[in-house]
Amino acid sequence: MKSKKRIVNSALLTFPALSQNESLSRSFMSVFLMQANPTVEEISDVKCAVSEAVTNSIVHGYRGGDGVIKLRVRLTEDMTLIIDVTDRGCGIEDVVKAQTPQFTTNTDGERSGMGFTVMKAFTDKMSVYSKPGKGTRVRLVKAIGRRDT
Amino acid sequence: MKCIAEMIEFRTADGIMNVKLKGDIDHHSAKAIRNRIDSELFISSPEEIRLDLSDIDFMDSSGLGLILGRYQAATEMGIDFSLFEPSESVCKILKLSGCEKMINIVRRKQK
Ligand SMILES: Nc1ncnc2c1ncn2[C@@H]1O[C@H](COP(=O)(O)OP(=O)(O)OP(=O)(O)O)[C@@H](O)[C@H]1O
Ligand SMILES: [Mg+2]
Repeated sequence: MKSKKRIVNSALLTFPALSQNESLSRSFMSVFLMQANPTVEEISDVKCAVSEAVTNSIVHGYRGGDGVIKLRVRLTEDMTLIIDVTDRGCGIEDVVKAQTPQFTTNTDGERSGMGFTVMKAFTDKMSVYSKPGKGTRVRLVKAIGRRDT
Repeated sequence: MKCIAEMIEFRTADGIMNVKLKGDIDHHSAKAIRNRIDSELFISSPEEIRLDLSDIDFMDSSGLGLILGRYQAATEMGIDFSLFEPSESVCKILKLSGCEKMINIVRRKQK
């Protein structure tokens, strides 16, 4: 069984579902990440994965309308990053189907349906908790700075 | 944050339209970039379009949607379409999406 690692730092960013806050969420992530001594690739992977989750909350969760998004980050003693992106939007009917590459419910916005695929590829673990009508929480977990030698 | 005029640069000569993208390509910026490219494409009706990705700082799946949409539009109009010099992080996401199998990509020259 995996033992629970101690959390050494955490931060919470709460913001309205406005598209200009997509870059805010990325900047917040990269600043928080610095303490874990990340590689250039790790920084860009984390920024991209978080950008996907936040964009999904704005575009799909709140369908471009009003709402609040919470971005919570925690860092464990062994430099594992745990990121939660939460919205109280429309939720997802079928989370398994939603994660299929190229699946999208958006028809007019030229979406590629690759967001979940990117989140999965750029982190160690992604999980989606969602309830139709209640909202969605995406959790991303990624070990940082453990360079192979 | 860059404004749209700072994010996109057009250079058209000999039927080739060069489009250089700069800064962060995300859902927030993609719509304005898309509209700019589409109207420029309509006005100058080139034979070939080259999307220069060398100065992009960040791109997520909204950028993939933008690229695939322009590729489809160009193909429908019978215009050759290629991507130029994507950075390492842009290459990674292009590869993941499988669009590098479809679209001609000219890579950065190794020094
Ligand atoms: N926070 C969310 N709330 C409601 N639905 C969501 C949420 N996140 C994702 N979805 C649903 O899951 C689908 C797949 O999401 P994914 O990010 O993989 O693709 P996309 O957003 O449609 O396209 P892309 O991310 O490539 O622009 C979406 O089309 C949407 O139906
Ligand atoms: Mg998405």
